[in-house]
Amino acid sequence: MTRIEPRAAAPARRAAGRTRPRRRYAPERRRSLLLTLLLWLCVLYFVLPLLWLLIASTKDNADLFSSFGFWFGERFSLGENLVTVFTTRDGIFGRWILNTVVYAVVSAAGATLLATMAGYAFAKYRFPGDKVMFSLTLGAVMIPLTALALPTYLLFSSAGLTNTPWAIIVPSLVSPFGVYLMRVYAADAIPDTLIEAARVDGAGEFRTFWQVGLRLLAPGLVTVFLFSLVATWNNYFLPLIMLNSSELYPLTVGLAQLQAASSAGGGSQALFSTVITGSLVSVLPLIVAFLVLQRYWQTGLATGGVKG
Amino acid sequence: MSESLTVSRPPTAAAPPRRRPSATKRKQNRAAYLFVLPFFVVFVAMLVVPLVYSGYLSLFESKLIGGEVFAGLNNYVRAFLDPGFLSGVGRMALFLVVQVPIMLGLALFFALALDSGRARASKAARLLIFMPYAVPAVVATLMWGYLYGPDFGPIAQVARALGLGTPDLLAGDTILGSMMNIVTWEFVGYNMIVMFAALRSIPTELYEAAEIDGASQLRVAWSIKIPAIRPAILLTVIFSIIGTFQLFNEPSLLNAIAPDAISSAFTPNYYAYNLAFINQDLNYAAALAFLLGVVIAVVSYVVQLGAQRGERRERNQS
Repeated sequence: MTRIEPRAAAPARRAAGRTRPRRRYAPERRRSLLLTLLLWLCVLYFVLPLLWLLIASTKDNADLFSSFGFWFGERFSLGENLVTVFTTRDGIFGRWILNTVVYAVVSAAGATLLATMAGYAFAKYRFPGDKVMFSLTLGAVMIPLTALALPTYLLFSSAGLTNTPWAIIVPSLVSPFGVYLMRVYAADAIPDTLIEAARVDGAGEFRTFWQVGLRLLAPGLVTVFLFSLVATWNNYFLPLIMLNSSELYPLTVGLAQLQAASSAGGGSQALFSTVITGSLVSVLPLIVAFLVLQRYWQTGLATGGVKG
Repeated sequence: MSESLTVSRPPTAAAPPRRRPSATKRKQNRAAYLFVLPFFVVFVAMLVVPLVYSGYLSLFESKLIGGEVFAGLNNYVRAFLDPGFLSGVGRMALFLVVQVPIMLGLALFFALALDSGRARASKAARLLIFMPYAVPAVVATLMWGYLYGPDFGPIAQVARALGLGTPDLLAGDTILGSMMNIVTWEFVGYNMIVMFAALRSIPTELYEAAEIDGASQLRVAWSIKIPAIRPAILLTVIFSIIGTFQLFNEPSLLNAIAPDAISSAFTPNYYAYNLAFINQDLNYAAALAFLLGVVIAVVSYVVQLGAQRGERRERNQS
């Protein structure tokens, strides 16, 4: 089956409907006001909390308590809050952002490369043991991280690797679901004839992969990269157990620490607005990444989803 | 999972008849192994070794006198008699039965609604519903914690304005529901996108045939779309089961603002963490983690088996 891109499929389907004169009544092609209303009411549920976060980060502590949650306070304190976020404890928040970016980008790039190479091999080569290895990979999707985190911690601890960035990056390099997705994607996106042609032209297997394969795999790559990025960026459990010096924390653990301080501190409530504004700052990069790259990852997912 | 995921192999991947390997074939095999090797090295080191080590650890006990001693299955027996662990598993089972159907039902509804093309600005709606997935669970929990809060939480503000008093969403009997809401908010969008992507890939000829037969939209959704994306739905079910039993972020963060409502054994994962890192009872924690893995594997397997059986029955009928 050829790859149906979501973008291409939709207009084609609609156009086919319009040009067919014998169908007199076609309710499914019409916009439904009821469905639109219902859908957008539901959208509110997903958007309002984030909108609240945005509004709350413009308030100082006094306004947080005295004003309505979905409207602005007396003073517009977003600037001050941001300054506080980035200057508290000698600007450790900036350090946390940097850590998060490094952990997430390195892990995601590594995981994507490993998954792509493995997925490509499973899709395009038949070799002894391929089925067993692929089933093993798929089965691993079901292994709960819980069962792994503790022994991984102990192993890293005896290797002296806890409380280093490696303790976050290395375990995040394994993406069994990424391998699965890339296998399905590569099987569809790279015609065997193209690989044959490259071979006839005298290109080695690796050169074929780098120059022919990778280019065709772009949407799949973006998909696996983004989802691995989210997994590491949002991970809390692993860094929580692996790291104990706050200079190494990613945003998640840092924010949780700030939050614990703000709810335990009672008197030092200035932290509320800091936690809220810090949360907003830590949410924005991934949302932007998803919005900018949506064309690619949605195409990538569509192919993986079909065969799923 | 492996079986259901591999049934529909793409035709390009069909194995050619195996012959005695020629020189080029050998070269290709070597290349294939080299492609797979980096992943498998990390895979074995980060998944297989820890898993085996965890199983090994769970068979020991740490005694005040004598240190580590072999305990056989003692830790497992202890788990089956441990009210903390059992209540945690029970709580997660409840979570699974209540939250997962709501979440996946909503996701399916949104996916079908967006796929039908009948709602305006559906592309924007799709991205907005998906957005919470990009929010770290830590931030989502902090945020909802504030939203639930009695002081400046908008939910309490609205309830007070309506004369309903201040609802306590962080009390012992409401906090599980509040947690279900957080998880639903976070993951409806992700599941919706997986289902939506699958819907987009259904060959259009199927719809045309249904159209000629005069099938209604609902009928098409029920009889064509949902069966066609069954593998994708199954995938979301399995991922949800795994996710549910592993709940950790939400209880551990809500514990800071509602310590009375969240016990150290609120979820099995949180319990295992507390045992390992607070009580220093590593062996028992390893046993619980291992047991939890078994529970997840069994539940996922049963769900899959049920789904396959259902599919087979349907195929036989038609």
